[in-house]
Amino acid sequence: MESTIYRFILRYSKREQIILLVMTLISFPFLYYSLDLPKRIVNEALGAKGTTDFPITFLGIEFHQLEYLWTLSGLFLVLVFINGGFKYWINVYRGRLGERMLRRLRYELYTRILRFPIPHFRRVSQGEIIPMVTQEVEPLGGFIGDSISLPAFQGGTLITILFFMFMQDPILGAAAIALSPVQAYVIPKLQRRVNALGKQRVRTVRVLSDRIGETISGVQEIHANNMARLMLARFSAQLGVIYDIRFEIYQRKFVIKFLNNFIAQLTPFFFYAIGGYLVIMGELSLGALVAVLAAYKDLSAPWKELLNFYQQKEDARIKYEQVIDQFDLPEMMAQETLIAEPEAPQPLDGELRANNLGLIDDDGEVQFEGVAMTVPPGTHMALFGPGGAGNEALAMTIARLMHPTSGRITVGQADLHALPEAITGRRMGYVGPSTYVFSSTIRENLLLGVMHRPTGEARDDPAVRAALETAAQAANSTDDPGGPWVDPEAVGDGEGLVSRLVEDLMLVELDDDCYGLGLRGTIDPQARPQIAERILAARRSFAERLAEDPEMVDLVEPFAADRYNTNASLAENLLFGTPVGPAFQPDTIAAHPYVRRTLASVGLTDDLLKMGRDVAATMVELFADLPSDHEFFGQFSFISPDDLPEFQALLNRVERIGLEKVSEEDRARLLSLPFKLIPARHRLGMLDDGIQARVLEARVAFARDLPEELQGSVAFFSADAYNAAASLQDNILFGKIAYGQADSVARVGTVIGSVLDDLDLRPTVMEVGLDFEVGIAGARLSSVQRQKIGIARAMLRRPDILVLNDAVATFDAAAQRRLVANILQAMSGRTVIWSTQRPDIARLFPVISVMRGGRLAETGAPEDLDREGRVFHEIAARN
Amino acid sequence: MSLNEEVELLRKIPLFAKIEPSKLKLLAFTSERLTYQSGQRLFQQGDVGDAAYIIIDGEASVRIRTDGGEIQVAELGKGDVVGEIAILCDVPRTASVEATGKLITLRITKELFFRLISEFPQISIEIMRELAARLERTNVQLREALNR
Repeated sequence: MESTIYRFILRYSKREQIILLVMTLISFPFLYYSLDLPKRIVNEALGAKGTTDFPITFLGIEFHQLEYLWTLSGLFLVLVFINGGFKYWINVYRGRLGERMLRRLRYELYTRILRFPIPHFRRVSQGEIIPMVTQEVEPLGGFIGDSISLPAFQGGTLITILFFMFMQDPILGAAAIALSPVQAYVIPKLQRRVNALGKQRVRTVRVLSDRIGETISGVQEIHANNMARLMLARFSAQLGVIYDIRFEIYQRKFVIKFLNNFIAQLTPFFFYAIGGYLVIMGELSLGALVAVLAAYKDLSAPWKELLNFYQQKEDARIKYEQVIDQFDLPEMMAQETLIAEPEAPQPLDGELRANNLGLIDDDGEVQFEGVAMTVPPGTHMALFGPGGAGNEALAMTIARLMHPTSGRITVGQADLHALPEAITGRRMGYVGPSTYVFSSTIRENLLLGVMHRPTGEARDDPAVRAALETAAQAANSTDDPGGPWVDPEAVGDGEGLVSRLVEDLMLVELDDDCYGLGLRGTIDPQARPQIAERILAARRSFAERLAEDPEMVDLVEPFAADRYNTNASLAENLLFGTPVGPAFQPDTIAAHPYVRRTLASVGLTDDLLKMGRDVAATMVELFADLPSDHEFFGQFSFISPDDLPEFQALLNRVERIGLEKVSEEDRARLLSLPFKLIPARHRLGMLDDGIQARVLEARVAFARDLPEELQGSVAFFSADAYNAAASLQDNILFGKIAYGQADSVARVGTVIGSVLDDLDLRPTVMEVGLDFEVGIAGARLSSVQRQKIGIARAMLRRPDILVLNDAVATFDAAAQRRLVANILQAMSGRTVIWSTQRPDIARLFPVISVMRGGRLAETGAPEDLDREGRVFHEIAARN
Repeated sequence: MSLNEEVELLRKIPLFAKIEPSKLKLLAFTSERLTYQSGQRLFQQGDVGDAAYIIIDGEASVRIRTDGGEIQVAELGKGDVVGEIAILCDVPRTASVEATGKLITLRITKELFFRLISEFPQISIEIMRELAARLERTNVQLREALNR
């Protein structure tokens, strides 16, 4: 990368900088005239000199005094517009240039992160790298736009003004710049110290973000070991360092500012003294002095800007150099290796050979050495070794994640480490001991393994085209991330792709997980009408299945428009639908004005108030003398322990003045309680038939009169329509699983499963499960699930060579064996190299290569190695 | 059946006869009422015990695995309490309990059960009485078996 920021600027924006410079130069004559004009107005139009004779000839036209004044003033106005116009154009151009260059710089830095040698990531932390690409380079964009045109413009303005002053009177001109040499000498000296502090500040802030990053990553350890005080003390100390640096910078900056201001104030002293003297002596016109004073006022602005620029320049220089320093590494991957496309797809189905292969890491530690091996295509080989034997590092080297320090690996004729990632990352697969899962859906996490490059045109959308064009101007990626990326040749498309994914899920035994997630997931029936249709068929079939079996019929209480569902809350019974958005959520529904109007319209308000009072009284009676942290509160109470005393007081008020007279706030609180009542669960016997009938009336009124703006807040239940707001399972159930039926959830689950199997819907449900959002770094999945996704991701493209590195170590023993068998079966005819520490896993392979102390000790079939005198036997016996 | 009816029923069970109604209400409210179909099991011998059951309606049989297969050792009916041994002694279930016909129970969690015992000595005494009676019954059966 360019070593200084000015090199970077010149290399990538020479043309634009020249255009800016030219425009700046063109603007100067207008600036000069706008300075000169006031003098003419004062001297000639106003006749301050008293010498002008009107009419006067100007530009070949005769003018009287007033006309002349109007004309000159008008001209002045025009010049103001022209100057403003120049400024505007230059600023916009400069801004765009700066943003474009910033974009280019960030893109370049990010590319470099991708090109870092992998061992480098052991030495740098996220906390250091991230702020460099995000905040630290941010001000550079502004500076790059300014870098040449601003000093040219402001310097030019300064010179123009000075030139004008000298034209008026050389002595006054000299006075204006008399103190500049002092400034030019003192200020940089002061600035140098500020620069050094600036560098230091950048470094300490990086350490600070590193500390925060570490805290976030290690937050469990901090809480588990009561480390908070230590962490706070360390953080505080780091803040102290930054405080001192910043405050010193602040002080020094203000010394510089003070000096500048002082000098700027001193100059007018010369003007008044010397200029005044000259006017009195008659050697200078008053108009000229006024113009010079006006010009001097204009002088201070560019002067300030220049000084500012100087400070900015120093800042930018330091920042750029410090950032570049971290991103210019000696052993970076070549740009071509990272993104070059091979001319033709090149399979890696040749023989894999390693010759005198060795790896010594940065600390001089020998990972492995002198490794020679030949792996014919289609071999399934275990790379067995106890911890530290070098088999893990060897596996990573074969997977090309590490570079050998001696020897080389060839596949067929090709040197593996010289191939671009476009070949190795498509024809090979690697799964390490803990796979990273990206925050997206399961589907995308799997497909990432086959999204190597755009496989079609960018989206046909003017906005996308414009965005890609802008990207090209900043030398960014011109691939459309929203276009097609999944390679249909590798994994098929449409239905074929789905069945491939489902097959992949079964291979790693994620199918049941995905099925469960799918049942809890939702679909958009508009976008996928066939699925919605088939789920409705499942709903009918499920209902029939239950109705036929007298032992099952009570398991689910179906929704019916004309019946009160005793296994649903009053809120659900009133809505007869699924709330969407905040309006009708269980906690807020009682307070909603429309709900209140509806209740009033069927005369339910008073009954529900009474019910609220009774519920509150029951809760107070039941829970009053339980300790407030008792688990029953969370499980059973309608009222949180904190609110219980308030409800007690509320009940007392109701007792005293009657339910009708209590405040609106109290009424709202009481009213909220019965909405949560589920008759079958709570068995409080409060919702008698009369009230149920009126709730059904209210249900009708609620749906009938629902205002336009609330239409979107509830998805109504309808026996023959798919409910987009409810999960697949709820759509199939179309009712509530009954309380009080032993084992009901599991039994219902079994029935749903068999219904879905009959309708051949299980794969569809799994596919819906694929759209489950896995959370940040897959936090919503278990570590085993994440690992399975990693294996499925690599398997999806059926690589020629699959390298696994303790990839199933976190699974239970039986699952490990099953998964190895599944993978080997799916990979038959292709090469699998599986690094493991476990002898029982190694025995599952037809060939075992045994590593010991960084050397390849022996290779053979398990039955040959598993006997006295062999290394494998010896190591295995120790485990 | 509403909560109040359940409370009435609980009061008729000797174990809970001396407990004030509001506590019985809490017991009923915080206990799950479960319906079993004929042949469904409340729990299986060898499982970890996490709850005791009060039979509200219906009948159940207590079964023990032997070398010659499973045999019924007792029958339970309305008002009986079952499953308390496993949670009292922290041992696996000593027998299986299976519904014979439609069965309704109140499931009392371990936590709640201990709370009741520690708060109401009366319950402890009743449980002791019940356990002693069962021991006596077992002794009789044992004697009969030995004399046979």
